[in-house]
Amino acid sequence: MARSTLSVKRRTLAAVAGGAALAIVLTACGGSDDGGGEGDTEAAPVDCAAYEQYGDLEGKTVTVYTTIVDTEADQQQQSYEPFEECTGATIEYEGSKEFEAQLPVRIQSGSAPDIAYIPQPGFLKSLVQDYPDAILPVGDAASENVDTYYTESWRDYGTVDGTLYATPLGANVKSFVWYSPSMFEEAGYEIPTTWDELVALSDQIVEDNPEGDVKPWCAGIGSGEATGWPATDWMEDVVLRTAGPEVYDQWVNHEIPFNDPQIADALASVGSVLKNENYVNGGIGDVSSIATTEFTEGGYPIVDGLCYMHRQASFYQANWSTLDPDLKVAEDGDVFAFYFPGESADAEKPLLGGGEFVVSFADRPEVQAFQAYLTSPEWSNAKATATPQGWLSANKELDKSLLQSPIDQLSYELLTDDSYVFRFDGSDMMPAAVGAGSFWTEMTEWIASNKSDTAVLDAIEASWPTS
Amino acid sequence: MSIPIPDTTIVDETPEQGKGVGKLDRLDRRAGALRRTTSSKSASIIAIVLAVLWTIPTFGLLVTSFRPAREIRRTGWWTAFSNPEFTLENYSDALYGSSTDFASYLVNSFVITLPAVIIPITLALLAAYAFAWIDFRGRNILFVAVFALQIVPIQVTLVPLLSQYVNWGIDGSFWPIWLSHSIFALPLAIFLLHNFMKDIPRELVEAARVDGAGHVRIFFTVLMPLLVPAIAAFGIFQFLWVWNDLLVALTFGSARDVAPITVRLAELSGSRGASWHLLPAGAFIAIIVPVIVFLALQRYFVRGLLAGSVKG
Repeated sequence: MARSTLSVKRRTLAAVAGGAALAIVLTACGGSDDGGGEGDTEAAPVDCAAYEQYGDLEGKTVTVYTTIVDTEADQQQQSYEPFEECTGATIEYEGSKEFEAQLPVRIQSGSAPDIAYIPQPGFLKSLVQDYPDAILPVGDAASENVDTYYTESWRDYGTVDGTLYATPLGANVKSFVWYSPSMFEEAGYEIPTTWDELVALSDQIVEDNPEGDVKPWCAGIGSGEATGWPATDWMEDVVLRTAGPEVYDQWVNHEIPFNDPQIADALASVGSVLKNENYVNGGIGDVSSIATTEFTEGGYPIVDGLCYMHRQASFYQANWSTLDPDLKVAEDGDVFAFYFPGESADAEKPLLGGGEFVVSFADRPEVQAFQAYLTSPEWSNAKATATPQGWLSANKELDKSLLQSPIDQLSYELLTDDSYVFRFDGSDMMPAAVGAGSFWTEMTEWIASNKSDTAVLDAIEASWPTS
Repeated sequence: MSIPIPDTTIVDETPEQGKGVGKLDRLDRRAGALRRTTSSKSASIIAIVLAVLWTIPTFGLLVTSFRPAREIRRTGWWTAFSNPEFTLENYSDALYGSSTDFASYLVNSFVITLPAVIIPITLALLAAYAFAWIDFRGRNILFVAVFALQIVPIQVTLVPLLSQYVNWGIDGSFWPIWLSHSIFALPLAIFLLHNFMKDIPRELVEAARVDGAGHVRIFFTVLMPLLVPAIAAFGIFQFLWVWNDLLVALTFGSARDVAPITVRLAELSGSRGASWHLLPAGAFIAIIVPVIVFLALQRYFVRGLLAGSVKG
């Protein structure tokens, strides 16, 4: 017995020692890398004049809780540096992909963060309804900034029952079709400017590739538990085009039923592309393969020359560099995007987009100051400087030349161009039971098991909460 | 080897064993028969096939973790054999990919895991001793109540516990995680260790008592040495559970300075999941420590599992 006890001790020791040694090795490796990491940015001297309004916040701390993680989180934190430098405040950043589940837990237990970034207006609405005491109306400084620097509609997205609860942060544009400029040039295709031209181009591509190995469209709607959302974006984009922005608003606010004939027409139009065996799914498989392909991979066949077009938002550009860091995303590069065309080139052009919103759970001066900073052009410009690609805001004073990637510049141009009518992503505005529930799952069924248009629309209509 | 042998004849005559002939009692004969059935060729083959099938996904993950991102996206891991192309890039990206330092998460994991294993074992040993060897009123009812606590799903306790930690002003430190893991582990720990202690012959404890030993002495000099396999077994259980836990860590300690490695793993693929090719590498970095612990302590793990189940 004594011997076995002894050997337990030795073994335990060995395990602990092994673990400790590993930790030391890893720590050592981590240390040596710090100097050359990508976190280095050129420390430009900051002009603190614009920050005097926030006062001296030396020693104060603001906690921020968001859905943004990894590299994008680093870029977020970099954009706070001028504020921290000039006011002396410290921003404690925390990102989690479980944000939407964890935020209500924190609010309930009284440990809400000072600031949270809400990715959908629908989620904001339910937060305000569920925790009216925890979530605070936007302070005066930030509210004034929203009036000055943002359009009326962006203010509306953060407003619940007439009170402004959230200020806009980032934005993205979803009405884009990704394509390969060189493939288009080789085949002699022009970028379509109307829906009819888009369909004609698709037919042309089918005709030019009789073997059927190259197809006009590729898509993927897989996204873990959110599988289906890229299909809802497709649908929203087409509703905007076939039924128009007014009907779109009624549809999103449920003033017309979800299975309204105009919506059914739009779904049929989506089906004429996404459920057309001749059009999809280039380089991946048949129609049902759309449901099993991750949205992050959906456009990759373009690079292999197996597919011509992929409809996806501006933020998809980050995926190209993940696929191959050498891919050039530009009008004269390997991949680029064109505006998803509307009914006609002259009439008002609908633009679908999304964005995040900032809410505060504390009214301490430093929290209010930080929220005001996030609505200011200084922050938008700092963020643009810190982000190589994949970010823009709807701030009117954002310096466009600071946006570093061509697609971000194009997005910002469209966003601030008056001839484009902006509409916020509908599924983000709908109640969560639909917008983050049945709309996703039914669109997935629609593709995966070829569920009929009417059955899909009826099922979503039936799931709309009755209050 | 596989020729059936009548009950009365001897079983195993391999020269190395050199056992006596014809003098086996019934128990030995039965053991021999058992050995023969369990060591039959077909059984071995089935076991090996199962083991291989069971290991294939892990093996695939290992191969994948060394393949270039582009290949991971395009083809399955099995194509790596016909077209071998390997890289350590995934590992370096997972470790140093963003400014977040993987090593500090690893250290956090240790800081969380060690107390979260030691605290419940210490408390459970004391409680189990009391339940097993001290007679007091309501002992059985209390024991059943403790055991019944296992039924409470931890999800329902998250919000009340967190509010309590906020009231005490300890949220954001390691304490909520240590305390929560201890709370969740105690019912099972007490139950397991109590059963082990009950199995120790009463005579042993009574003999010690006759010699004048008190509870403290009995606990440390008589029972503790006998309990080592049980403690090691539960220690491994608890270690693996805490090391792999994400829920408790996310709820009670996802602030960056106290977040363990699982929290980092969960965000490794990026906000929109674009870099999922890093996940196999991340998974293998994260399992190194549990594998070391398991291999080092596995004898006690197996023995501990058996020790509670059979008397005599």
